[in-house]
Amino acid sequence: MSAQLSAGRYVGQSVKRLEDPRLLAGRGRYVDDMQIPGTLHVAFVRSTVARGTITNIDTAVAAALPGVHAVYTAVDLNPRVQQFWHTMLGPPPELGGVSKYPPTRPLADGDVRFVGDPIVLIIADSRYIAEDAADLVEVDIDVLPPVLGIWEAATDAAIVHPELGSNVIDHLPMPEVPEVEAMFASAAHVISRRFRQCRASNVPMEPRGIIVKYDQFAGDMQIWAATQSVSEWKSSAARLTGIAEPRVRVIAGDVGGGFGLKMMVTRDEAAVILAAHKFGDRPIKWIEDRHENLISANQAREEAIDVTMAVTADGHIMGAKIYFWEDVGAFPAGSGATGSMAMGVWPGPYKFPVVLPGNTAVFTNTCGKAAYRGPWMMETVSREQMMDHVAREIGMDPIEFRRINIVTAADLPYTTCMTMVYDDSVTPSETMEQALEILDVTAFRAEQVAARAEGRLIGMGLAVYMEPSAIAFGILSSDQAIMRMDITGKVSVAMSTGNHGHSLETTIPQIVAEHLGCDIADVVLVQGDTSSSPMGPGTGGSRSAVIAGGAAQTAALRMKDKIVQIAAHTLEAAPEDMEVANSMVSVRGTPAKALPFAAIASMAYMMPEALPADMEQGLETIARYRPPGQFTWSNAAHACTVEVDVETGMTTILRYIVSEDCGRMINPMVVEGQIAGGVVQGIGGVLFEHMIYDDSGNPQATTFLDYLLPSAPEIPDIEYGHIETLSPSIGGYKGMGEGGAIGSPPALANAIHDALAHLGVHPTRFPLGPSQLLELIRDA
Amino acid sequence: MNTAAAGVTVQMRVNGTAETIVIEPRKLLSDVLREDLRLTGTHIGCEHGACGACTVIVDGAAVRSCLLFAVQMGGAEITTIEGIADADGTLNAFQQAMQDQHGLQCGFCTPGIVVSMTAYLADHDDPTDDDLKVALSGNLCRCTGYQGIINAARQAAGLPLPNAGGHQ
Repeated sequence: MSAQLSAGRYVGQSVKRLEDPRLLAGRGRYVDDMQIPGTLHVAFVRSTVARGTITNIDTAVAAALPGVHAVYTAVDLNPRVQQFWHTMLGPPPELGGVSKYPPTRPLADGDVRFVGDPIVLIIADSRYIAEDAADLVEVDIDVLPPVLGIWEAATDAAIVHPELGSNVIDHLPMPEVPEVEAMFASAAHVISRRFRQCRASNVPMEPRGIIVKYDQFAGDMQIWAATQSVSEWKSSAARLTGIAEPRVRVIAGDVGGGFGLKMMVTRDEAAVILAAHKFGDRPIKWIEDRHENLISANQAREEAIDVTMAVTADGHIMGAKIYFWEDVGAFPAGSGATGSMAMGVWPGPYKFPVVLPGNTAVFTNTCGKAAYRGPWMMETVSREQMMDHVAREIGMDPIEFRRINIVTAADLPYTTCMTMVYDDSVTPSETMEQALEILDVTAFRAEQVAARAEGRLIGMGLAVYMEPSAIAFGILSSDQAIMRMDITGKVSVAMSTGNHGHSLETTIPQIVAEHLGCDIADVVLVQGDTSSSPMGPGTGGSRSAVIAGGAAQTAALRMKDKIVQIAAHTLEAAPEDMEVANSMVSVRGTPAKALPFAAIASMAYMMPEALPADMEQGLETIARYRPPGQFTWSNAAHACTVEVDVETGMTTILRYIVSEDCGRMINPMVVEGQIAGGVVQGIGGVLFEHMIYDDSGNPQATTFLDYLLPSAPEIPDIEYGHIETLSPSIGGYKGMGEGGAIGSPPALANAIHDALAHLGVHPTRFPLGPSQLLELIRDA
Repeated sequence: MNTAAAGVTVQMRVNGTAETIVIEPRKLLSDVLREDLRLTGTHIGCEHGACGACTVIVDGAAVRSCLLFAVQMGGAEITTIEGIADADGTLNAFQQAMQDQHGLQCGFCTPGIVVSMTAYLADHDDPTDDDLKVALSGNLCRCTGYQGIINAARQAAGLPLPNAGGHQ
């Protein structure tokens, strides 16, 4: 089902991925596949205690083990830090910025602050020997009671980071507005809920990894890393070590997934960079193992939102108060706090006359918070569940309640009460109706009645959201394309992006070939290497289609313009009379008067005298693209149906439908792949994945036998609907990489709610696994 | 390296080539394939046998190379992901179906999935849709939501694809 634009020769086509053959044949180039002669291997000694004072570290026995080259503690590495902050977030206040950061300490110094806190870094001939040595390090810790739980931490009864004086890293008190209080007092319905998510881990299938080689004689540092942004890592490595930034080169080959985890340099990687800088000469490699990944790679979703909503008697939303609570762990990336973003986009697709926001983010003695696919998505998780809770409480169908309050075409352009502007390119109502049509609500409700008569519990859920794609602030605002046509008429385009699943090796050439007028096989994307790629945002935050695509398209159009000028000059015709197709420039209506790209490119490099008098020799174009808005809004609606087994509490997803408007689709196959991946990550967060800590701050899900990822049998065939409404960005593209993970948790939760509501079960927190659902059913 | 001193000599055939290597007894098959034989297509995703990324075929059976010691491989016939496609790069039916159906994104879990399903389809002539999903249940993928992988398995097994109203 679709309302789609007509496709071009390449843009709009489900072109098969150019990166696939090497990956399918086992010839990918992931960081651990780099086996550089002379490489030494790193293992960490990590804290087994959530909070405590280090009283002694004895590394002598470990250091004496044959094959061990160095054993570093905080004393060796921490003083070497020049600066430790992220380009994406900006410098901390003491360096003239405004961003908040946890304390700067690559290795634990004096105390430990979560289970997994790195204490000692060992460099050895092999990972096996490094781990042997790690076992020989003696660390004595006086255990202290850990700071755990959002509300407990907020009391500051005990402090995670004593040097900061408080556990509260981010706080916005809810404003007191008498008019709003009066409105709430007059409302027919005022309904409150607290919605909670549970802690999840990004879990890329490839854990983190980095190789660092510092050549102290040349003064150069070369890094191979599993990262989403080589620019970010290059700058971070230079800041950490004090090496002049042009002397640092970062290469990311293929990266085995990131989902936000690999955007910024974390403490572990910083320690490896500093260790290699101190050690010198030999490549130093750290490949995180899965146990480390599950206890010490940053995590997300430990958050809650308190919502109070006021509604008229006939179901019109009057306003809401929302208070966002976040546990950012001990060492998040930056402050880890996403409150301002989550609250800013909270109204989503509905017309809220007013929303009063407040938030508190706290440190705890747990693993730090990462950006995870849609880091602000608690807004949709809470809002979309709240829509169902409110509708049920006021006796209205949740679909009808949404229809009354949703932004429709007649409302556009629409400015939300949080000052977000939706121009006329958004379609929340249309995607909702399309998803419901695919579902066939009438047929489902009849099926539900019949199922209940048989004692079966089935339900349907809906979620609608606005995705603020291509978030454009700071370094993230733009990307650059450096395009070169070589002497054979073929094209390379260098960008700051990387390959960790986004298919840019295919979709960027699609855009370039479409707009330059050549075969896609003649276009190569060069990415993931700071020696050839420009400074830019990397890949993440649903930005590449809009920002990288926009830069590539602009550069291609500039390239085409120069080619046309050369051809017109040579063929003695006017540039406006030329046409370009199939790597050939010809005079319109006179196909015999034509020049292939290769001939034009040869002239551009080798026959400067044949070029127009004022033209620069060569054939290179550069374009940096920044989209017109701070957000490029895409939108989608998810609808799903489930069956809950009343005996086991197990939820089976029967159907899953997504209607998406991501503007012009560059490659519909890739769009659907991104939707599906996000949807299933979201499903995991509701039904399976729970990174739980015990009362002593010990992580309880430290293997894949405890941290359960969705697998193939649990997932139904996803059904897709597409609506293509051009965005204001060049090409009309919108980002959509995070949306699947934003919409699916509340859609699934609402379906479970619908299946169980008649039993008096009204879920408000994740996970909703079998044991949780049985408890809810029992307690109802 | 000091590990060679304590090594055991093991002979095996890997992707059709006879290999004689000196191996530290504790070294995992996955590490020997990657480090000693430079076959880095076998990926290590968990080292506890749960994710399936390291799957290789040993004497006809798909196994987790992270759960085996390489010294157990004396006389074994091993096929890794590098041995699945033809020497000229021509993909096998399941590999080609993976490209056709967008069965991979980051590609890290892909070698294990290709090896697992190649072994499964070689042994099962007439799988049902549910059989294919169960066959895939030992391989974790974090990118695709399994949609393209299941469709690739269907294509390779000659089963119909769902008409989900999308791009196909």
